[in-house]
Amino acid sequence: MTNETTREIPYIAAINEAIHQEMARDEDVVFFGQSVGNNPEDPFVKAFGDGRVRVTPISETAEIGMAAGAALAGKRPVVDCTMAEFLLVAMDQVVNEANRFHYMSGGQVKAPLVLKAGYGFTAGWAGQHTGSIYGMFMGIPGLKVALPSTPADAKGLMATAIRDDNPVLFLHHYLLTLEKGPVPEGEHLVPFGQAVVRREGADVTLVATGWTVGHALGAAEQLAAEGVSAEVIDPRTIAPLDTATVLTSVAKTGRLVLVDQATRHSSVSAVIAAEVAEHGFSSLRAPIVQVTALDASIPYSKPMEDFILPDTGKIVAAVRQVLGAGVVA
Amino acid sequence: MWRIRAMEERVGQLKRAGEVHGLIHLSVGQEGVAAAVCGQLRDDDAVYSGHRAHGHTLAKGAPLPALLAELMGRVGGLCKGLGGSMHLVDVEHGMLGATGVVGGNIPMALGSALAARMRGGDAVAVVFFGDGAVQAGQFNESINIATLWKLPVVFVCENNGFAEFSPRSAHTNVERVSDVVAPYDLPRETVDGNEFAAVRSVFGRMLAGVRAGEGPALLECLTHRLRGHYEGDPDRYREAVSKAEWQEKDPILRLQRQGAADGWLADGDPAEFEAAARTEVDEAVEAARRSPFPDEALAASLVRAGGKS
Repeated sequence: MTNETTREIPYIAAINEAIHQEMARDEDVVFFGQSVGNNPEDPFVKAFGDGRVRVTPISETAEIGMAAGAALAGKRPVVDCTMAEFLLVAMDQVVNEANRFHYMSGGQVKAPLVLKAGYGFTAGWAGQHTGSIYGMFMGIPGLKVALPSTPADAKGLMATAIRDDNPVLFLHHYLLTLEKGPVPEGEHLVPFGQAVVRREGADVTLVATGWTVGHALGAAEQLAAEGVSAEVIDPRTIAPLDTATVLTSVAKTGRLVLVDQATRHSSVSAVIAAEVAEHGFSSLRAPIVQVTALDASIPYSKPMEDFILPDTGKIVAAVRQVLGAGVVA
Repeated sequence: MWRIRAMEERVGQLKRAGEVHGLIHLSVGQEGVAAAVCGQLRDDDAVYSGHRAHGHTLAKGAPLPALLAELMGRVGGLCKGLGGSMHLVDVEHGMLGATGVVGGNIPMALGSALAARMRGGDAVAVVFFGDGAVQAGQFNESINIATLWKLPVVFVCENNGFAEFSPRSAHTNVERVSDVVAPYDLPRETVDGNEFAAVRSVFGRMLAGVRAGEGPALLECLTHRLRGHYEGDPDRYREAVSKAEWQEKDPILRLQRQGAADGWLADGDPAEFEAAARTEVDEAVEAARRSPFPDEALAASLVRAGGKS
């Protein structure tokens, strides 16, 4: 479902392009948020008018609740929630209302809405604006969670999110905002629940999301020079989570290193580790190693920020550890 | 009103008998508001309610057998037995939903109102909430946006004087909910919610304005819930009204007295209405009992629209 003509555009431009194209395609798509359409020159307002594109007050609960109600009534709202932490202000509406309505109504209603928010701004923003808090949402019934790591996926996952009949948290990584990559020009849809193998390898499986995918690929490149062949998997959506692709890879490599910017006990990696321990134990030739952020708030000071986060060096060290711990059959 | 009264009293009995599961909030004593408001709405008008939703759902047109089957956890219920008392939805009749978290329904009504206006036409949204919700942040956020955007929504506060287990005075210094919204400059009024005719007339006037595109309105109905916050509530935080006092306040008896005085209600009518309502409820309970409990296969099948992926 991809138009093959591509060009290099930034990650954020790819997201906006998807919203724009979906709004042009379907008049039920509406777009609002605190920093949306706040001037007449805004390209969304110009294209779609101030009825479908609306700036909202700083009222997270009402914005998201209103999106939920509009979704039940047949609209497809996209709410720009700005930062992932702002979702926390409106937790009832994010995890306890729209996401449960299909189920609680016995299937009578659907709530197709997208909550777009940036996360992981580990560039000196410190404690309250830097979290990788997706882990707390991935087990919420009825909610889907997308974590694009490339501009092309950013576009394709956003388009899919808007067409999905469920509430979707679309979490884009702030440190990728201006990263450029090839993006298809026309309609581009990336399916949910399908991981992608970013690099094939035979000795060890690396799973990473968002910004850490680049670090995992960098580590794989460095390891290749040492004669180690690492496979890199990007789940792309963590709810639904494609564990089958990970299990298939582990069956081949026998070793698993999980990379995650989240705090360890609220991470995707902890969930994948549990799934592989239960369903892939016999394939493992070494204990699973997780390279995550420490279970701490992100500190302000630059060296401390670096210390607390996963990076290429830590991933390479973890791979050496699982290779060294290999069990001789 | 008798239908709601008969249903609620029966649900209380069924709860004590173990045939109704879980946390149940009854609206006995508050029937006048549900009947007067919902009776003037159309199927394409969206209604949102909260944890005390049985009366609103019935008054909005939900079939009684399916409503009772839902409360009894049967697959023949409105929501296949997956939602229950605090999460009643009946899309066909515009009962968009009850939400169990106080105040969570208020911004959702804004969404239905926004969608209605974008569709064109004159459909509205109505949200019922208690006076306890007014102290929650989403109430203020929603009044602000609704007035700012002139959304077609009527906020109906059933002020029964108690926010869960506390008197209003323990939660706020503002006695009247209609005064809380004063700066927003919207039509706002406080009426005796136990007087059906008053609710009907004031709500009707507000509804006409909202339908005409004049923006939102707020109606505060002073009511009294005869029972505790939930079924089984020891209700030690307030004094019970005397029987004589209740005879005076009861919205059904008041309407009947009014009808007799005005001559549109014959002597035997009230007893007949009550008997018909109780028979209808009996039959609905029997029908619900014949509906099976949901199959285990349903437990995870409706988590997401369009299947599991």
